[in-house]
Amino acid sequence: MHKSDYLFIDSVNLHLFLEKFNAMGLIASFGKYLLFIADVFRKPERRSVMYRLVVKEISEFGLKSVLFVIFVSLFVGAVVTLQTTSNMEGSWMPRYLIGYATRDAIILEFSPTIISLLLAGKIGSNIASSLGTMRVTEQIDALEVMGVNPVTYLVRPKIFALIFFNPLLIILSMFVGVIGGLLAGILSAECTATEFITGIQYAFIPFKAVYALIKTVLFAFIIASVSSFYGFFTEGGALEVGQSSTKAVVYSSVVIIVSNYLLTQLLLG
Amino acid sequence: MIEIKNIVKTFSGQEILKDISFMYKKGQTNLVIGQSGSGKTVLLKCLLGLYKPDQGSILFDGEDIVRMSNKNLKKLRKEVGMVFQGGALFDSMNIEQNVLFPLQMFSDMSKDEMLDRVNFCLKRVNLENVNHLFPSEISGGMKKRVAIARAIVLNPKYLFCDEPNSGLDPYTAILIDNLLQELTYEYEMTTVINTHDMNSVMEIGDRILFIKEGMMAWEGTNTEIFKADNQDLQDFVFSSELFKTIKENIRK
Repeated sequence: MHKSDYLFIDSVNLHLFLEKFNAMGLIASFGKYLLFIADVFRKPERRSVMYRLVVKEISEFGLKSVLFVIFVSLFVGAVVTLQTTSNMEGSWMPRYLIGYATRDAIILEFSPTIISLLLAGKIGSNIASSLGTMRVTEQIDALEVMGVNPVTYLVRPKIFALIFFNPLLIILSMFVGVIGGLLAGILSAECTATEFITGIQYAFIPFKAVYALIKTVLFAFIIASVSSFYGFFTEGGALEVGQSSTKAVVYSSVVIIVSNYLLTQLLLG
Repeated sequence: MIEIKNIVKTFSGQEILKDISFMYKKGQTNLVIGQSGSGKTVLLKCLLGLYKPDQGSILFDGEDIVRMSNKNLKKLRKEVGMVFQGGALFDSMNIEQNVLFPLQMFSDMSKDEMLDRVNFCLKRVNLENVNHLFPSEISGGMKKRVAIARAIVLNPKYLFCDEPNSGLDPYTAILIDNLLQELTYEYEMTTVINTHDMNSVMEIGDRILFIKEGMMAWEGTNTEIFKADNQDLQDFVFSSELFKTIKENIRK
C-alpha cells in the first residue's frame, strides 16, 4: 500500500472518529470551559466579600468532608495492609515491608487519587446541583443584572477553597490511612507495631509526598472547575439539574484519571 | 426614559423580535403585554443587556446599551432594579442578607447605614420582622415583596419586572401592582412590567405596549384600550367573559 493511502485511511478514520464522538461539540465545550476559567480570574467586585465566601466554602466543602475522609481512609488503609500481607504469605520478605508497601500505596495513589475521586462525587455533585438550581431559578441572572460577575462571585471562591483545603484533607487521609494499616497489621497479628513503623520509615523519598500534593492541588482545581462549569451552564429545569450533576461527577472523574496518568508520567516517569 | 429603536432579535434563524420601537416613559408604569411566546421576555432580556439585539438601539436616557462597553454596562446596571418572575432570591441567604446584598457589593455605606436602609426598604414593601427568615420559609407574595425591596435598595432609575404577580392570589396581586405603581411615582423611576394579567393592565397601565408574534401591534394607555380598534388586542384583552361584560358596560 502506498504511503498516501495510509494518510487517506487515517483522515477518513479521523473524520469518522470526530463524527462518532461529536468531537466538534467537545472542542467547542473545551473552548467554552477555557473562557469560563478566564472569567474566574477576573478582578472580584469586593475583595472583602470574596474572602468571606472562600471561608464559607471551606466550611461547606472542606470541614464537612473531614469525617467522610477519615472513615474511608481508615478502612482502606486497613484493607491495603491486609492485601499486602496476603500477597506476602509464606515469602521470605521481611515483615516491615508491609508498612513500606502500605505507606507507598496510600501516599502515592490511594489518598491523592482515590479520595479525590470520592470527593468529585461528594463535592462535585453538590457544586453542580447548587449552581444548576441557581441557574434555573434565575438567581444567576439576578446577579448578572445587578452588575455582579456571577462566575467570579460564585465559582472563584469554590475553586480557591478546594485548592486550599483539598491538600489538607489528603494529608489527613495519608495519616489516617497509615494508622488504619498499622491497626489492621497489629489486629491480624501479621506484623508488630515496630515492624510496621520501621517499614513506614524505610527508604522514604520526600519527593513522593510532594508529587502527591501536586496531584492533590490539580485534582482540587479539576473537581471545582469542571463541576462548576456543568452546573453554571445548566438549561431547563429540575431534570437538567440532575443531568448536570451526573455529568459533573463523570467528567471530573475522567479528567482526574487522565491527568493522574499524565502527571505521573511527567513527575515520576 | 428608555427608548428602543427598530429592535430585531433572531434565534437559530427565527426572528423573535421584528423591528420594535417604543418609548418607556420616566415616572410611569410601562406595561408590555402579549401572549406566551410573543417575545416579551426576549425584549425584557434585551433591555437588561442579557441578550444583544441583532439590529437597532436601546437608549437609557440617551445612552445606547447595545454599543456600550462591558465596563459602562456594568456601571449602568447599578441603576437598574429587577424583579424576576419567581423572585430569584438567593436561597442560601436570609431575607435581610438578600436585600443587603446589592449594598454590600456596590455601596460605601457603613454596616449600620446599610441595615437601616434594608429595614426601610422592607418596611416600604410592608414586610417587618421577617429579616431572619429564609426564602423557603415565606409565601410567594412575600418573596415578590422581598424581591421588590432588593430591587429598590440602591435607589434605581429603572425598574424591570417580569410577570410580578404571576402565581399570586388576586388580592396579593393587586397589592403588588399598587406597590409597584406607588414606588414608580415616589422614586420617579422608569418602570417596565411584563404581564399577562388583565387586572394589572386596567389598574396600573400608564403606558401599554402590545406585542404579537414579535411585532409591536398596539400602544396606548389603560383608558384607551377600551376604544382601540386593533382586533388582536381586543381578542387578547377581552378574551374572558368578565372583561367582555365590563367592556360592554363601559360602552353603554
